[in-house]
Amino acid sequence: MFTYTLRRLLFAIPTLLIISFVIFALLDLAPNDPTGDLPLTIPPEVREQIRASLGLDQPFFFRYLYWLQQFFINEPLNILERMTGWQFGDGNRMRVLSWATRSPVVDLIVQRLPQTLWVVGLAYVFGVLIAVPIGVISAYKQYSIFDQIGTFVSMVGYSVPTFFTGVLLVVIFSSYLQWFPSVYDTNLVVTDFSSFVQQIKQMALPVAVLSLFNASQITRFVRASMLDNLHQDYVRTARAKGVKEKSVLLIHVLRNSLIPVVTVIALGVPTIFSGAIITEQIFRVNGLGQLLIIAVQGADIPLVQTLTFIFAVLIVLFNLIADVLYGILDPRIRYD
Amino acid sequence: MKNLKLLLAGTVAALAFAGSAAYAAPGTDGDLKILFWQAVSTMNPYLSGGTKEVYASSMVIEPLARYDEKGGLVPTLVTEIPTVENGGVAKDLMSMTWKIKPGVKWSDGTPFTADDVIFTWKYCIAPDGGCAQAAQYEGVKSVEAPDPQTVKITFTEPKPYPYSAFVGAQSPVIQKKQFENCVGAKAPGCTSANFGPIGTGPFVVKEFKPNDVITLTANTNYRDTAKPAFASVTLKGGGDAASAARAVLETGEYDYAWNMQVEPEILAKMVAAGKGKLVTSFGTQVERINLNHYNADPSLGAKRSTKDAGPHPSLSDPAVRRALSLAIDRDIIVEAGYGAAGKATCNIVPAPAAVASTKNDSWCLKQDLVAANKLLDDAGWKKGPDGIRAKNGVKLSYLYATSTNSVRQATQELVKDMWSQIGVGAELRNASASVFFGGDPASPDTFQKFYADVEMYTNNFDGTDPEKYLAEWLCDKVPSPANGWQGQNIPRYCNPAYDKLVGELSKTAELDKRAALAKQLNDMLTEEGAHIPLVHRGSVSSHSLKLAGVKMNAWDSELWNVADWSRAK
Repeated sequence: MFTYTLRRLLFAIPTLLIISFVIFALLDLAPNDPTGDLPLTIPPEVREQIRASLGLDQPFFFRYLYWLQQFFINEPLNILERMTGWQFGDGNRMRVLSWATRSPVVDLIVQRLPQTLWVVGLAYVFGVLIAVPIGVISAYKQYSIFDQIGTFVSMVGYSVPTFFTGVLLVVIFSSYLQWFPSVYDTNLVVTDFSSFVQQIKQMALPVAVLSLFNASQITRFVRASMLDNLHQDYVRTARAKGVKEKSVLLIHVLRNSLIPVVTVIALGVPTIFSGAIITEQIFRVNGLGQLLIIAVQGADIPLVQTLTFIFAVLIVLFNLIADVLYGILDPRIRYD
Repeated sequence: MKNLKLLLAGTVAALAFAGSAAYAAPGTDGDLKILFWQAVSTMNPYLSGGTKEVYASSMVIEPLARYDEKGGLVPTLVTEIPTVENGGVAKDLMSMTWKIKPGVKWSDGTPFTADDVIFTWKYCIAPDGGCAQAAQYEGVKSVEAPDPQTVKITFTEPKPYPYSAFVGAQSPVIQKKQFENCVGAKAPGCTSANFGPIGTGPFVVKEFKPNDVITLTANTNYRDTAKPAFASVTLKGGGDAASAARAVLETGEYDYAWNMQVEPEILAKMVAAGKGKLVTSFGTQVERINLNHYNADPSLGAKRSTKDAGPHPSLSDPAVRRALSLAIDRDIIVEAGYGAAGKATCNIVPAPAAVASTKNDSWCLKQDLVAANKLLDDAGWKKGPDGIRAKNGVKLSYLYATSTNSVRQATQELVKDMWSQIGVGAELRNASASVFFGGDPASPDTFQKFYADVEMYTNNFDGTDPEKYLAEWLCDKVPSPANGWQGQNIPRYCNPAYDKLVGELSKTAELDKRAALAKQLNDMLTEEGAHIPLVHRGSVSSHSLKLAGVKMNAWDSELWNVADWSRAK
């Protein structure tokens, strides 16, 4: 298992390098421009100077190498310095700077992480917590009323886009009933009970929208996987032996059914970090998803490049984790 | 909870007012909540140039003079506006002198001096800095300080209209002490200065979260000790225009929201909730359709839309250009897409009133299909079996490009329908705004390349003087591969008589004569069909009924008088 993990990790290095190059090349080929959003009153020669000051007048390959150096050498050194207080060199390294804000990309990401993890992460946790019991009951009582309703709700949740459910909830709960705020306050610090209530209130709508979507997806997996196992021979054997129905369902069947589900859940974790672009926009959560979409619209290439690359790293990493988990959960699977 | 907060704030305000009967005390009205659906990226307008950054920073850093809501100049950090009459502008128009108000302080308590003004100019013109507002300082030879309270600007050539450098929200003065080590290539590295510039304005940046939210507090060193009424400002960003409008007009969570680009009927429904209102101001923005004077046939490859392609086979006919304009019902376009934020226009310089012409309104403002059809018939354009007119094998069928935007696409549809009534066909196309306006020489979809027969977008000019703007239609400003497609004469209009008149304008100093010349130039462009002006666009914002003092301004930052804003009683 250990050598397998190590081998996979080593293999990830060239994969990620290729990914980073592909992202960079794609972004470079994209026909938008960081000065595209500026008012037309800014004359072309000034735009040219702005582009030059962003380093856009340099050749493509040079810019790529420069980014590699900034991302893989300068930024880690900077983080190390900040964590340990040691000083490497003169500490005057060029960091990856966003073009729109002219501030370090890593600082932007760190600033955005809390709200994304809280809202999108919590919605993922809720989604899983809701999905598993519903999936289990739906499968156990297949074609019952509960199953029919569960299937219907998850189909609706899966097929109705979040930009519809989000706006719908805002119109009902913010505009009409005025129970929850429609704008997320990223400055809110939880210090006492009332600010805690405030935080819950502003998280309620976005978390609800995303939980519904996540739960719908995962429920289908749980249900299908449970159904597969319920008809297996070992279940009949267990029942014949006189094992209690509760143990059959929750110990024998559920454990075996969870193997593919855990993989699906693990593979979904990176999407938490990429944020929920649409939901974050609707509620102005301003997390990583909103950061990415603004950067894409404004052709803020260093920011898009860094963000997408970090997502790529997470995806590669969680793929590996899913594979390892698979081995741990199912003793029949051995990689060595 | 929110009501309680409001109540508390109200009580505090009431108490404070009870205590000081004669003077309003600053910082008594609590928190002012502003919503910009396009989030603010930096507080340094010299590094960004985007409207949202210019507006947000205008609460903190100020120019020497700014425009009021009518487009008039008002002194902010100086005692008066220099003119030739008061001796502030030299008789030969080669220099001007600003006198700084005594006692103005930066928010850190240090005095504001002419040195800071000189530094600002040097900061913006420094090589490798990529200063987005460099055009404001064009033609400035030197900035000097005869004494700490006086700024003397010398120009490279006579400037009949000298109010550009340090005038308006685009060229505010920054503090030398703070930005001294941030000049040129070092500018982007100064993150904390760029996010929290020290200024002379009514508010000070407390915390800046880029592309998210800005927290500002009242400047205790503000020159008017009775202002601002609000103790703090929260400027939140993100989302879209419709939900921003909802947060002000329906839920009442915010006091002010900028730029309400929302379909008129949706806005009207929101206003009916009775919590807020819309404010509009008309500046110089005009949505127009440019008519390509060169041939844009795709078969010409790289030559299309350049001089080598030759004149446009049909748009070079003045009758066609005029008929295309006559066929358009501008009122319908305004009603469908702009509502209160638009007025039908036939001018490319629609404001200020002094330079706005009315000469062509009689024939151009009203749709006249009969006249348009007759014009085309007389010119020999005959309708074919498909209903499209043609002459000598040349069809009146156009590729009509614009940027992606729901209002623009709706306008395209309307215009296409109107043109079909005079036998003119149109193929509609749109490109993402960041591509269309991006100016990437490698992209075929930029508005500068104009690989289309007609294209539609909005442009405007800063301030109130149209000289520089009108100079965009000079023959030598035609974009071409030779100048990297940089040049602002997008329709490729070229008329030596026009060029001569622009030259005359640049030498004329008297305001009346300048206005007359500007009108004449504007009329020439409309009459000769360089473009078809469609809609004079206003800026629309919304504010809560609980907010008082808003004076919507299209000539400067919308937040220009935020120091005077207060909680409505």
